[in-house]
Amino acid sequence: MKGFNHHGVWAIYRFEMARALRTIWQSLVTPVVTTALYFVVFGGAIGSRMQALDGVSYGSFIVPGLILMGTLQLSISNASLGIYFPKFTGTIYELLSAPVSAMEIVVGFVGAAATKSVVLGLITLITAMIFVDVPIAHPLVMLAMLVLTSIAFCLAGFIIGIWAKGFEQLSFIPSLIITPLTFLGGAFYTINMLPEPWRTVSLFNPIVYLISGFRWSFFGKGDVSIEVSLIALAVFLAVCLGVVGWIFRTGWRLKN
Amino acid sequence: MQPILSVRGVSKTYASGHRALKTVDLEIAKGEIFALLGPNGAGKTTLISIICGIVTPSSGTITVDGHDAIAEPRAARMKIGLVPQELSVDMFETVLATTRYSRRLFGRAGHDAYIDEVLRDLSLWDKRNSKIMELSGGMKRRVLIAKALAHEPDILFLDEPTAGVDVSLRRDMWKLVKRLREKGTTIILTTHYIEEAEEMADRVGVINKGELLLVEDKAALMKKLGKREMDIALVEPMATIPAELDEWHLTLTDEGERLRYTFDAQAERTGIPSLLRKLGELGIAFKDLDTSKSSLEDIFVDLVERRDEEQAA
Ligand SMILES: Nc1ncnc2c1ncn2[C@@H]1O[C@H](COP(=O)(O)OP(=O)(O)OP(=O)(O)O)[C@@H](O)[C@H]1O
Ligand SMILES: [Mg+2]
Repeated sequence: MKGFNHHGVWAIYRFEMARALRTIWQSLVTPVVTTALYFVVFGGAIGSRMQALDGVSYGSFIVPGLILMGTLQLSISNASLGIYFPKFTGTIYELLSAPVSAMEIVVGFVGAAATKSVVLGLITLITAMIFVDVPIAHPLVMLAMLVLTSIAFCLAGFIIGIWAKGFEQLSFIPSLIITPLTFLGGAFYTINMLPEPWRTVSLFNPIVYLISGFRWSFFGKGDVSIEVSLIALAVFLAVCLGVVGWIFRTGWRLKN
Repeated sequence: MQPILSVRGVSKTYASGHRALKTVDLEIAKGEIFALLGPNGAGKTTLISIICGIVTPSSGTITVDGHDAIAEPRAARMKIGLVPQELSVDMFETVLATTRYSRRLFGRAGHDAYIDEVLRDLSLWDKRNSKIMELSGGMKRRVLIAKALAHEPDILFLDEPTAGVDVSLRRDMWKLVKRLREKGTTIILTTHYIEEAEEMADRVGVINKGELLLVEDKAALMKKLGKREMDIALVEPMATIPAELDEWHLTLTDEGERLRYTFDAQAERTGIPSLLRKLGELGIAFKDLDTSKSSLEDIFVDLVERRDEEQAA
């Protein structure tokens, strides 16, 4: 479509943000409580008996992983519900009949979902700072990675929302794929601690690269080099964008 | 005059293999009210959904005010407003918020005065700050209409606007349609009811089993459709119809218990009084009389037969 329907994109964005604001307290309190719990358990109880990793105290070490874990989960669940719900209730007819292009719909939905994920990430970070020292070596890279990761996983969530035919499928991917991959992706340890072959196997887990890069932006060190992390992130983003483009071109699971 | 909407060679076969629309051609003039009349499953919603871009056609082209709906979707879609058949509306939103949302979604800057006017016109003003889930079904339908009108469309589609709606709301709906027409809005509505097509439309298209059987001015069509039947319940069953009754073309039903007379309700002389007199003269006693409109289904069968005859001739 020619031009840009900025009124339409803005309307979708605001609509999606309003959906979050209706439950603002849950949205804010949940990450704060979850983060606090992790620090009581891992930072205080277990962390005090752990040696420093890469020269960073264990409590601080888990902060980047913790932030990403929450961000990934929220990105997937929020973005998938955002597009699945209109499909489920039938209100999608309006989006499909409106003069908004596929790209504009994605910008509106994914933009809003990613905004929420970034806000959640920052809230987690601030909560963590109450409990432990969190040095941030490269704040701009940290922010950029948080934003790009949120966008990438919101795109993935958007795809899941279009693919899903029921609510159980919506929770299937986050709980059976994303959460395990995050845990195994070095959120709470460095994969260099793993014996072979598990270390090599871990390298097939894309989330390893995200967590590693994110951790690099805090401590200047990661499991893999920052360049590799950034390339992995770019590839993931490109794949998600490609799939979304294909969905709208073909109308897959959207149009009869 | 150039039509505001033209549908050419549009057909649809769903993924299930079901052929919901055979080849449909249709032109709608600017400012007219067009009723698409057909029974359940005729393909009315499918046709509307294709025009509005919700369903992809298997073949054919659609032009909206000179814009091809596929090549220039933005220009085409901005002109169209759709009130769907199902009550699909975001339950957690307020009436005002969802109506404003629709306007912007269709690419228009906010215009609160206009939105307020739409809500007042639809008697939704008092409910503007209510959540939609708190509204009754009829009210929800009004919200859908407000949403469809929010961007000031030139063409409004109403898919069964009066389904599940009480008499007073139905009257309101008809009034609204007339008001919109006065403003120059083109309206295309679907209905199961001949009376509704008769009340509201300038032109009527009859669709059945995915086929647009005919498109005619209302007056001409009503003549064709305005057939009635009279059933005469006899006291004594009859084996054959006496020759004296030939001119009424009666049929025997119910194993000779009833006589059926089909007549044109709009004709000057229905032939009923003379028939009843004749029955009296012949000494044929009857215990009950019952007149009814021919059902939509009968009419379709009739139309198809008539068309086939015309084609054969
Ligand atoms: N998504 C779909 N997949 C397969 N078949 C469909 C689909 N949608 C509709 N159909 C079929 O296409 C035919 C036409 O349906 P449509 O909804 O257009 O009818 P309609 O004239 O609007 O009927 P109604 O008066 O009941 O609303 C029906 O036989 C229906 O079962
Ligand atoms: Mg229908």
